[in-house]
Amino acid sequence: MHPAPSVILFTSFSGLGFGLLVFLGLGLPPVTGWVAFFLYALAYALAVGGLLASTFHLGHPERALKAFTQWRTSWLSREAWLSVAALVVMGVYGFAAVFLGTRLVPLGWFGAALALATVSSTSMIYAQLRTVPRWHQPLTPLHLLSLSIAGGALLAGQMTLAAGLLALAAAVQVAHWQVGDAALARSGTDLATATGLGPGPVRAFEPPHTGTNYLLKEFMHVVGRKHARKLRLIALTLGYGIPVVLLLIPGAGHVLGALCVLSHVTGLVTSRWLFFAEAEHVVGLYYGKRAA
Amino acid sequence: MTELPASTQKKLGLVIDLDTCVGCHACVISCKGWNTENYGAPLSDQDPYGADPTGTFLNRVHSYEITPEDGPAQLVHFPKSCLHCEEAPCVTVCPTGASYKRAEDGIVLVNESACIGCGLCAWACPYGAREMDAAEGVMKKCTLCVDRIYNENLPEEDREPACVRTCPAGARHFGDLGDPDSAVSQLVADRGGMDLMPEQGTKPVNKYLPPRPKQDCAEEFDVLAPLLKPVAEDTKGFLGWLDKALEKL
Repeated sequence: MHPAPSVILFTSFSGLGFGLLVFLGLGLPPVTGWVAFFLYALAYALAVGGLLASTFHLGHPERALKAFTQWRTSWLSREAWLSVAALVVMGVYGFAAVFLGTRLVPLGWFGAALALATVSSTSMIYAQLRTVPRWHQPLTPLHLLSLSIAGGALLAGQMTLAAGLLALAAAVQVAHWQVGDAALARSGTDLATATGLGPGPVRAFEPPHTGTNYLLKEFMHVVGRKHARKLRLIALTLGYGIPVVLLLIPGAGHVLGALCVLSHVTGLVTSRWLFFAEAEHVVGLYYGKRAA
Repeated sequence: MTELPASTQKKLGLVIDLDTCVGCHACVISCKGWNTENYGAPLSDQDPYGADPTGTFLNRVHSYEITPEDGPAQLVHFPKSCLHCEEAPCVTVCPTGASYKRAEDGIVLVNESACIGCGLCAWACPYGAREMDAAEGVMKKCTLCVDRIYNENLPEEDREPACVRTCPAGARHFGDLGDPDSAVSQLVADRGGMDLMPEQGTKPVNKYLPPRPKQDCAEEFDVLAPLLKPVAEDTKGFLGWLDKALEKL
């Protein structure tokens, strides 16, 4: 799949923002006043900024409100509802915490649940697609959720919890790569089923046109996969390894904390870039772009 | 509404004969022409006369080489457009309701004025049947020429999809695949019509007729062979003398 910067930034940063809102809602840390103000500002900047970034890849962003209508079938529509609900509930909870100095505990739990549900619905947009076998697996929601929660814990300053969650997210990440690498072959879809011309060998002899097209640009990103192994190592080291090591240093201050976040975000964006760049859409078979 | 209809009164669709298609791309051109001049946003081209031309097409013809176990290699031309699936994954993912499947005839359409151009329907389609128009920012797909097939302003013989009407080889057939007695259903039954990517669970309405086996033609190749055999070895007369004379030289 084409790794569009708007979608990479959207899923990375809104995941972090909603992850932070989960911990704020749970009262980890139980902040009020100015400290709460800065943490909520950060969470909303990430979550809302991410959502705004996602509208940049729309052909008609002015019609975006229509996306609230089809929640009965569409995960994208459900994501729209859940994200707005989470932001509104946590907005009320955050307002009380910042300006009234009180924490409306049950409302916080409800907001945290909505924030988790938002990240889950985002992940289901990808996991539901049978056309991309690498994404069509239970580990996809687990991967996006575990990363979001680990990043949220990190931003919320929950050091020991963050270290544990990052280690867990790293394990899920590696498993997602492992299962994903064999997913296309396991899906049973190949050029023979795509054309019905099997069981003998089928070879894409001539494409429909000499130039490129929307399908080739959107679904058949192959250049980036050349360095996939190195990029996986970078994502694993920066996104999970270095932060865990830094978190385990006793008495780490804000400087180390900032370094930790910077490293995690770099690794996270690398991982998310790979999430798209490595994903093979089955339509590539018709163009002979996938190993049969 | 992006909920799929429980059933449709008709299942209008195409039957494409891979044995007959000659790969002339006439269907591609007539489709582009009709759907640029008629219903919905035109199918735009980018840099059409430049170094890197691209454009929106609703129908494209691939070519594949197959090698049957006992027989010579064959080239199969393979037109591909929307298959108007019964379980259309492109419809249910749409967040705005722009994508829908008609209960009356099963045609899958896009309401372009409600399309936000998110592209998720194209992601959900395994066949590459949907293309985002780069000029309009909305999703384009085969309409089964919905503005031809019911159009009483056209002569009756023209009330079929442009690709079917134009095919010079008669490789494309249009009809109701929900009616077992229709000509297209009979054709599918006779020729072993097949689904593309059945494992994706989309239940496509369009069917493809496989190329007929070619090995029974092998005898035919020998029809002219006796005439092409070398002339008799034991030559006589003038030619015999000439043959011997030339040998001795």
